[in-house]
Amino acid sequence: MSTFREWVNRLRFFRNRAGFDSEMRDELQFHIETRAAELEDAGMSKDEAFRRARSEFGSTQLAGEDSREAWQFQWLEHLAMDLRVGFRMLWRNPGFSVLAILCLTLGIGANAAVFSWVEGILFRPYPTVAHQERLMALAGTARGESGATSLSWPDYLDLKENCKLFDTFFVSKITGISLSIGDRAERATGSIVSANYFDAIGVHPILGRGFLPGEDVGSAAHSVAVISYQLWQGRFKGDPEIVGKTQRLNGVFHTIIGVAPQGFYGTFVGWAMQFWVPASMEELFEAGGYKLEDRSARWIEAYARLKPGVSAPQAQQEVSAVASRLEADYPLTNRGRGVQLWPLWATPFNNAGTLLPTLSIMLVVVLCVLLIACANVGNLLLVRSFSRRHEMVVRAAIGAGRGRLLKQLLTEGLILSLAGAVGGLAVAHWCRHALVLLFPARAGVSMYLPGELDWRVLATTAGVCVIATLLLGLVPALQASKVDLAPALKSEMGGVVGGHRRSWARSGLVVLQVSLSFVLLVGMGLLIKSLQRIRTTDPGFTTHRVLNTAVDLASAGYDIPKAKAFQEELLDRVVALPGVESAAFARVTPLGYGTYSSSPIAVDGYNVPPEEEPTVEYNEVGPAYFATMGIPLISGREFLRSDDESGALVAIVNETMATQFWQGKDPVGKRVKVKGRWITILGVAKDSKYESMRDLPRPFFYVSRRQNFTIGAGLNIRTPLSPEVMANSLAREIQSLDGNLALYEVITLQEQVDRSTSPQKVAVTLLAVLGSLALLLAAIGLYAVMSYAVSQSTRELGLRMALGARAPDLLRLVMSRGLALTAGGLLFGAAATLPLTRLLGTYLYHVSPHDPLAFATAFGVMLVTAVVACLMPAWRATRTEPMRALREE
Amino acid sequence: MLILKSLARGPLHGYAIAKHIKSASANGLEIEDGSLYPALNRMLVKGWLQAEWGISENNRKARFYRLTPEGRKQLHSEAREFQKLVKSIQLVMRTA
Repeated sequence: MSTFREWVNRLRFFRNRAGFDSEMRDELQFHIETRAAELEDAGMSKDEAFRRARSEFGSTQLAGEDSREAWQFQWLEHLAMDLRVGFRMLWRNPGFSVLAILCLTLGIGANAAVFSWVEGILFRPYPTVAHQERLMALAGTARGESGATSLSWPDYLDLKENCKLFDTFFVSKITGISLSIGDRAERATGSIVSANYFDAIGVHPILGRGFLPGEDVGSAAHSVAVISYQLWQGRFKGDPEIVGKTQRLNGVFHTIIGVAPQGFYGTFVGWAMQFWVPASMEELFEAGGYKLEDRSARWIEAYARLKPGVSAPQAQQEVSAVASRLEADYPLTNRGRGVQLWPLWATPFNNAGTLLPTLSIMLVVVLCVLLIACANVGNLLLVRSFSRRHEMVVRAAIGAGRGRLLKQLLTEGLILSLAGAVGGLAVAHWCRHALVLLFPARAGVSMYLPGELDWRVLATTAGVCVIATLLLGLVPALQASKVDLAPALKSEMGGVVGGHRRSWARSGLVVLQVSLSFVLLVGMGLLIKSLQRIRTTDPGFTTHRVLNTAVDLASAGYDIPKAKAFQEELLDRVVALPGVESAAFARVTPLGYGTYSSSPIAVDGYNVPPEEEPTVEYNEVGPAYFATMGIPLISGREFLRSDDESGALVAIVNETMATQFWQGKDPVGKRVKVKGRWITILGVAKDSKYESMRDLPRPFFYVSRRQNFTIGAGLNIRTPLSPEVMANSLAREIQSLDGNLALYEVITLQEQVDRSTSPQKVAVTLLAVLGSLALLLAAIGLYAVMSYAVSQSTRELGLRMALGARAPDLLRLVMSRGLALTAGGLLFGAAATLPLTRLLGTYLYHVSPHDPLAFATAFGVMLVTAVVACLMPAWRATRTEPMRALREE
Repeated sequence: MLILKSLARGPLHGYAIAKHIKSASANGLEIEDGSLYPALNRMLVKGWLQAEWGISENNRKARFYRLTPEGRKQLHSEAREFQKLVKSIQLVMRTA
């Protein structure tokens, strides 16, 4: 039968509900009157006839109601009723309701926030880019090596040419430049892209144009750039005539041909791109010269979009087939080389990969928090369902079916979880962009880690909400629907503190909460300890009183001789500044973003075949570098001004290198071969940290900057002055030397260290917030359960008092019950934690996942929390007045 | 089915339906007035009937129910089913 028609009919009815009632009345009235008239004709009196007709008919009320019911969506009406009753119940217990909704808000909010991060960072990381669900990252593989490599431009072109299962391929390789604004320089991040970039991602510049086909061909052939909306608004003040103007990028004038739309941040997880240049300008932004025709130069990062309906394995098969053809055609460059597609969330060349472990840990943690929150609210509902047994029994007695009661309880759960979900989404919306706040700000470089509150997050939240509802509604329902009419109608007997009957559910939930909180506390403890270890590790150089900055010479078009002269002059002026103890240039700042030079090395009397020569990293540093950085020299001397182009080639090695290559004998005066040149060793420096605080000791050496000059270099200054003061006087000195130059941010080396450890800090902060939340929720749970137990056992407590128990005895009784629950939770928690902390793996630094201190601390904190949570109910127990308690029954 | 059948000859109001069933069955069947109207309303929802206000034989406003084509189809199929059922029962009764 056409159910659609039925619905239309019902809806028509719904619109005319009021009319229905009066029509029904008229109709029934007519029926009765007609019958009465008939009876009257048969000879009855009018009154008699009416009475008879009415009694024959029965209840008009019931007939009307039943008729009405035929039209209604019954379940809807019941739902409305349940909702009304549910709201009334919650309204009547505002304390309970607020607490429950708050718990759920926090639990669901934490989940929604993390989901939104996962969505915005891992699954749909690129706002405004079309069809991200079919985008995959493209990277190379090398036989015998794990992980991903970059691709070469010719390989990319061949893939693009020969793969048929893809809509499009495009290149987007991150690069950094110096962008001078007035007398300060900032770093700006941009992308070197293939000419089809903007078309491929479906993003269209709001001003000007994207790149033309062919603009990614040739060597330095097309100096054009598209700039971001942000850059346009900030640096160029929203100039409407911007298209066609020029801007120096890495010292070369580029014509600005377009402005990207607002809200488009490029295609690199973690950073907002400020400009895009075509691949033909690659040699200007990349080290290593012109690489577009060099199959052995692997430098690009690429993406591909699958055609609709093509699966990832199919696509991978095609890509692999092309890769093996390339391997056969170009054995010299491509032997052992493959190409691999990665889902966006596992992209190996941007921050998706680095954030993946943090976010997975977060997901586990927020799930724990949600469980705790649900357990808490479940507990509260359970506690309440006991006090509502009477109500349930009465309802059952007047004919409410078991299913109907269950529906009522579920509806109440639904109201709570819906309120919690709404609050949670508000929390998530508010936290959407909070992740980026946890990372330290860097001048000019904008990090972009957005949360995305789209339909999927909403759907997931809705799912969480439904599960929460079921959990919340079913727990008390299971207990309440077992109502046994006869005995339950008699007044409920007060519970017993420490009694076992029916309390298993409550106790179980508390034990669950305590154990989950314990897990989170241990995790937090381990991370805090690692962070502390990392922070207190001696980097091997002074971190306070040493400032680091740089001058942007490349943007101003300096060549090597000019840069040398400038740096010499600047150094003299800086050292002459009041408060400056010493200063030195170095190409790479330790723990910064720069990458060290490296070279296969050979040493006198340490003979290995040339292809087995160990590769060692080194830094190019100026005179007084060691004094400035506070790196002690064990023997020999450090670089002097005289160690320049005209002097003998010199190097300083670190302790590990000395031990490894010269077996601990003093290498001063010995020689080392670097890039084919023999260099004499001047001294031995103590080991320090080079790339990260987690570095293990490794061979490293320094060469004289004057003998290996590069234009870019960091300036280190030893001074007690603050970075701000120093920045001002430095800017003055630089302006007086050349008005076109700009100074970078001035920071202490401690700041540099802190920035390099920020991922750990982020993990610790997030876990600390969630851990405290969990602890708070568990404490509330414990408190609620103990309070309830005490309030239900007033009679027993009164009796005990009447029989001579004193306050301390009662205190002990209640406390011991609460602590027994806690102990159970701790036991389970400890058992669960032992395998779980391994998940923290890479985040732990010099801390065992079974660190006893972390466990002991978590244990202590949990115990103190439990004592505090139980103290209040226990104290209330001691205030029981025996006479009143006994009279109440 | 009985209600549908009563309406097969033309539109009737509620009281007339009840009376028709009673008289046609020679007082053998009586629909309880209290359940007649809910049943009529259920059929309205299903779209088997249409209702309209008219004037009754005693010149009063009354609601008349009319069979829709759909209702007629329903009547036929129900009647068929019923015939089958009756025949089966008769067969059982005869053999037993």
